Amino acid sequence: MSANPTNALDVKGLTMRFGGVTAIDDLTIEVAEGQITGLIGPNGAGKTTVFNVMTGFYQPQAGEVLLGTRKLNGLAPQAICALGLARTFQNIRLFDQGTVLENVMVGCHVRRKCSWWMAPLAWPPFFKEEKAIRLKSQALLERLNLGGVSGEKASSLPYGAQRRLEIARALATEPTILLLDEPAAGMNPQESSELMVFIENVRKEFDLSILLIEHDMKVVMGVCSMIWVMEYGRLIASGNPSEIKNNPKVISAYLGHQESEDSEDPQGSSSSDPQGSSSGGPQGPGADNSQGTASDA
Amino acid sequence: MMTGSGRTLRNQLSTLVAIILLALFLKWALTNFNGYQIQLLNLVAINAILALSLNFIYGFSGMFSLGHAGFMAVGAYVSALCVLTPEQKEIIWFLEPIFGPFANLHTSFFVSVLLGGLAAALMSFLIALPIMRLGGDYLGIATLGFSEIIRVLMTNLVPFTNGAIGLRGIPPYANIWVNYAWLIGTLYVIRSILKSNFGNVLKSIRDDEIAARTMGIDTTSHRTIAFCLGGFFAGVGGALLGSLITTIEPKMFNFQLTFNILLIVIAGGLGSVTGSVVGSAVITLMLEWLRIVEYPLTVNFSFLGLFQVGPTTIPGIPGMRMVIFALALMFIIIFRRQGLIGAREFSWDAFYGLPSTLKRFYQRRFGRARP
Repeated sequence: MSANPTNALDVKGLTMRFGGVTAIDDLTIEVAEGQITGLIGPNGAGKTTVFNVMTGFYQPQAGEVLLGTRKLNGLAPQAICALGLARTFQNIRLFDQGTVLENVMVGCHVRRKCSWWMAPLAWPPFFKEEKAIRLKSQALLERLNLGGVSGEKASSLPYGAQRRLEIARALATEPTILLLDEPAAGMNPQESSELMVFIENVRKEFDLSILLIEHDMKVVMGVCSMIWVMEYGRLIASGNPSEIKNNPKVISAYLGHQESEDSEDPQGSSSSDPQGSSSGGPQGPGADNSQGTASDA
Repeated sequence: MMTGSGRTLRNQLSTLVAIILLALFLKWALTNFNGYQIQLLNLVAINAILALSLNFIYGFSGMFSLGHAGFMAVGAYVSALCVLTPEQKEIIWFLEPIFGPFANLHTSFFVSVLLGGLAAALMSFLIALPIMRLGGDYLGIATLGFSEIIRVLMTNLVPFTNGAIGLRGIPPYANIWVNYAWLIGTLYVIRSILKSNFGNVLKSIRDDEIAARTMGIDTTSHRTIAFCLGGFFAGVGGALLGSLITTIEPKMFNFQLTFNILLIVIAGGLGSVTGSVVGSAVITLMLEWLRIVEYPLTVNFSFLGLFQVGPTTIPGIPGMRMVIFALALMFIIIFRRQGLIGAREFSWDAFYGLPSTLKRFYQRRFGRARP
C-alpha cells in the first residue's frame, strides 16, 4: 500500500465530528484505479459517513478527499457528481413515481448541454439531445439486463432489480468512480453471488474504479482486490482479502475482544500481520467463518 | 403498427384537429350562448391557466406554494398599468397622482399581459431567493406570508395601485379567443418542458431531493426555475382575469383565491396537466351550477297520479352551494384522493389505442366463456 500515483480516489487524514461524537477519526484510505476496493467494518464504524463526506453531503472538520488531484471537499454534491463520482444508497433511493427508464434518464441529465427553455422553442438540437438521452438510457438498461422492464414503475421492480437500477442510474452520470453502499444488503446467497459477477462485469465494461461498503464477507472477499477495515471511525487494517481474513484485529473487531488485556494493537493500519499470530482468536478463520461472523454482526 | 415518426405526425395532426374543433365550438358558443355562459367559458380558461401554473409548482416540482394570489395580483396590476390609457389614468388616480413614468405608459394588451407575467416571474424569483431552501409545509407558510405582504403593499402603494379603491375600467380585451389562445400557449410550454427530460428531473427532485443531488442535479436552481415559470403563468392568469372582470382591487387577491386554485389542482389530480384542465372545467362549472340550490325551489311532482308531492316551495338558502361543494370535496378526498385524473395524462397514443385496449379488456373479461 505504498503511495500509488494511479489512485483514483485518495482520502487523507479525514476527521468528521458531529458535536461530541467523532464519526471518522483521521482516516486515510486509497481507491486504486480500475480496481474494486472494499470498505468494511462493524455496524456504526462510520463507513456510510465516509461516503457522505466523499459525495459532499457532510463537510469534514479536517482532512481532504482527492479525486485524482482535484480536491472534493467544499464542493456541493451535484458538482462532485459532475466530476465523475457516483454512488448508490444503502436504503434504495429510487424516484418511485417515475418509470425505470425515467430514473436512468435523470442520471443522464448532468451531462446534457441544452437548457430547459429550448424545449418550448422546439430547438432542433434540444430534441436531438433528448433522443440521445433516451437511447443511451435504454441501451444502459439493456446492458444491465433491465431492458425488458424499462416502462415499468421503478417501485414495482423486485428488490434485486431495484438495486441494479440504482447502479444503472449511477452509471448514467458517466462516473469514473462508483461508490456502492451495501449492494448485497437484503439479498439471499444466490442473489449475492450473482451480484458479485455483476459488479465485476460492470467494472470491466465501464472501466470504473469501485469502492464498496459491504457486510456480506463472501461478496467482499470475492470481488475486492483491496480491503480497508474501519472500527469506531478509525482504520484498523488494510490489505488484500487473505491478509484481512487472518488479521487478528479484524477478527476481534467483528467477534469482540476475547480478553480485555489484549494489547496487541499498538500500530494501526498495518497490512503485514503474520498469518499465524492470531493470538486468542478463533483458529484459522477461513472465509466461511468470517462470513458467519458478518451475518451475525 | 406504426413507425415512431408516423405516430408523431399523427399525434401532431390530431392536436391540430382538436384545436380547430375547440375554435369551432367557441365560435358556435359565441352566437348561441348568453353572456353569462360565455363568461363561464372564459373563467374555465383562466382558471385552467392558473391551475396549470400552480400544478407545475406544487404537483410536478413538489413545492407547496400558497402564494398564487400574490403572483396573480402582481400580474393583474402590472398589466392594468400598462394597458390603461393616459386619460383613464388621470381619472382613476384622483386621490394621489400616479407615479410619474407610468402616467403616459400605454402598451398593447398582449404586451401588457406578457409584462404582467414577467413582473410576476421576477417577484417569484425575489421570493425564491430566500425560501428555496425550505421544504414542505414551511415553504407553504413562507409563500403565504409573501402573498399577504404583496396584498398589503398593493393597498398602500397608492401612486402605483390606487390603493384600496383599486383600478376600474380596465379595457375588456380578454375575450374568449385571447383567453383560450393563452391557455393553449400555457399548455404547450408546460407540456413541452414536462415531456422533456427536465420534467423527469423536476419530478425526481420532488420524489427524493437527496438522490437527485447525488445524480448531479442542482436542485436549488431547478426549483427556482420551476417556481418562476409557475409565477409567470400565474401573473398571466391574473392579468387576464383583471381584464375579464375589468376591475381589480387588493381585497380580491386574498387567500380565498389561492385556495380556489389549489382546490382545482387537487380535485383535478396533482401532477397531471390533463387533471388541471379537466378540474378547472368541472369545478368552475359545478360552482356555478350549484347556484340553483340557493334559489327558491318549487317542488311539484306526481307519480302516475298515485301520489303527489307538493306543490311546496323550498326557500333558497344563501351559501348552500358552498356546503354542497365542501361535501363534494370531502368525498373526493375520502374516496378518490388522487383527484379526478390522478397523475395520468391524456395522450393521443392512448386515445387511438382505446379500441384495442377495450377489445383486450373485453376478451380478458368475457373471452374465456366462449370456446
